[in-house]
Amino acid sequence: MNPTELFECVTSLSCIVTQTSTGLIVGALLFLVATGLTLIFGVLGVINFAHGSLYMLGAYLGLTGYRMTGSFLLATLIAGAGVGLFALLFERFFMRRVYNADVLMQLLVCYAFILILDDAVKLIWGAEFQSMGMPDAFQAPPLFVGGGIIPLFYLVLIAAAAVIALVLWYVLTKTRTGKIVRAAAHNPTMTSALGLNTNLIYAGVFACGGVLAGMAGALAAPVRSMSPGMGFSILIESFIVTVIGGMGSVSGALVGALLIGLVRSFGSIGFPSFVEGIMFLAMALILVLKPSGLMGREPRV
Amino acid sequence: MNRSTTFAKEILWALLVLAALLAIPYLTASRVALDFVIRLAAFGIFATSLNILIGYGGLVSFGHAMFFGGGAYAFGLLMQKAGTSIPVAMLGAVLFCALLGLVIGAICVRLKEIYFSFLTLAFAMLLHSVILSWISLTGGDQGLMGGIPRPVFFGIDLSKTTTLYGFACVVGVLSLLLMRALLQSPFGYTLRMVRDNAERARFLGINVWRIKLYAFIIAAGFAGIAGSIMALFVSGAYPEFAYWTMSGEAIFMIMMGGLHVFIGPVIGAALLLLFNDMVTRFTELHGLALGVIVLIFALGFKRGISDFLVQFIRSLKKKRVTP
Repeated sequence: MNPTELFECVTSLSCIVTQTSTGLIVGALLFLVATGLTLIFGVLGVINFAHGSLYMLGAYLGLTGYRMTGSFLLATLIAGAGVGLFALLFERFFMRRVYNADVLMQLLVCYAFILILDDAVKLIWGAEFQSMGMPDAFQAPPLFVGGGIIPLFYLVLIAAAAVIALVLWYVLTKTRTGKIVRAAAHNPTMTSALGLNTNLIYAGVFACGGVLAGMAGALAAPVRSMSPGMGFSILIESFIVTVIGGMGSVSGALVGALLIGLVRSFGSIGFPSFVEGIMFLAMALILVLKPSGLMGREPRV
Repeated sequence: MNRSTTFAKEILWALLVLAALLAIPYLTASRVALDFVIRLAAFGIFATSLNILIGYGGLVSFGHAMFFGGGAYAFGLLMQKAGTSIPVAMLGAVLFCALLGLVIGAICVRLKEIYFSFLTLAFAMLLHSVILSWISLTGGDQGLMGGIPRPVFFGIDLSKTTTLYGFACVVGVLSLLLMRALLQSPFGYTLRMVRDNAERARFLGINVWRIKLYAFIIAAGFAGIAGSIMALFVSGAYPEFAYWTMSGEAIFMIMMGGLHVFIGPVIGAALLLLFNDMVTRFTELHGLALGVIVLIFALGFKRGISDFLVQFIRSLKKKRVTP
């Protein structure tokens, strides 16, 4: 514990800038993963405990894509498409069978996939830590703002997440597809009675969650080292984010992700070993005081 | 047949099993077998205590490991720092876990379904973080170092492996019997009613919140016994005991063994422990093999092994009655 260092940091502009930029990229990545999780919960009513593994798969696919094509943009798209396809198959052949079973069965199926995917990654890419390295396109000197350091790639990452968030917001609120998805979330029986194919909607939402997690993984690849099992920690953090923001709420996921990102980057200065503790404390407080989360509607009965 | 004779029969069964277990050291000198049974005692109690919540109470806790870890640390610290005797330390660990269960349960059981699950997870991870960062007391991520002493009590010397084995067997069987008695008592049946229809129970004048809280405290206390046995066995306590993977493992044992038969979680614990020992010996790809087996259970049997067998036997009997 070192509160004095935290105090020194928040009183110096350079430290604030550096830590805020770190917090924002953590938040941006978390947002992409947690949005998929919260969308799937909101529409399908199930929790995809294997969501962290989709992120891991995205990171490794991004790595291979980058090594093959040499283009980071292409690698990110490959990762998104690949993981989206995987999520589609996962939903169609495994998750769909346990929608009506209790939450423990869903947990079990996802747990099985966490184990299988971790070992599959170990088989294909090896058990040791890997890193992509900074793509050539972003190898530029970092920006200095008020004495703080912001690597160029951080800005790219934040911008990419923002664009994805905007597209998602537009699709969900302004288009017919978005209306159908929201209708299915609100009342699946009625939606289905109106002649809309809810199975297709579910598959689409699941795949969309997969695309987001896959792209998040690829975007994280240049700044994070990869190892099998890297999905665990992001899964837990995404849970915290979804609970804080409100389960099923996309805007809540944004607020929650940024909050957790900043708590992590500033907390790691003051009390590195208790950062996780603070996040879980926040999660517990929200659940006790307002179980529906900061931005969530009242829980469905 | 009335309830008391049924229970007398169960006690007889338990004593038979205990006698058989205590005979093992005379038949084989293999440490592997003894170690296996000691671990089974710890995990069997742990999984069964969680099943009080999941199977009988319908309360899916994702954070039960906090009481396993809490019990292990409480036991270890009482032995190391306070120098108490083993039974006193175990009792202390149980009391500590029950108190922790009272405080956390009082907050958690208000919430429903997945919100309850997430809140228990949050508290368990909070305890894990406290264990990691309170280094002066717990040793941080290194765990409780220096070993746990095993002083002689009532002429019982647990530093001998066979004695430790016998002790674990006796504690294991007694704990299971006690839990069985509690679940067959009026309290146990009230808990089942709350699980099946809380509204109805409330109309019958039952304080649902209190029943759930009692179940939470009882489950916490027994998990404390499990943690103490584990700490005694490995002569230490580690943060992993309170980590969420430990809760996940217990859930997995319950699901594998079956949650509607009392002894199911113990069977599941035995299966998982056996499986872990076997697979790690043959292949590096432990997760892949385990994952496939989990999928077979979840999508093939759709229930635990004991539930599957019970239903299978029932369907056979039905066929015999109505040909």
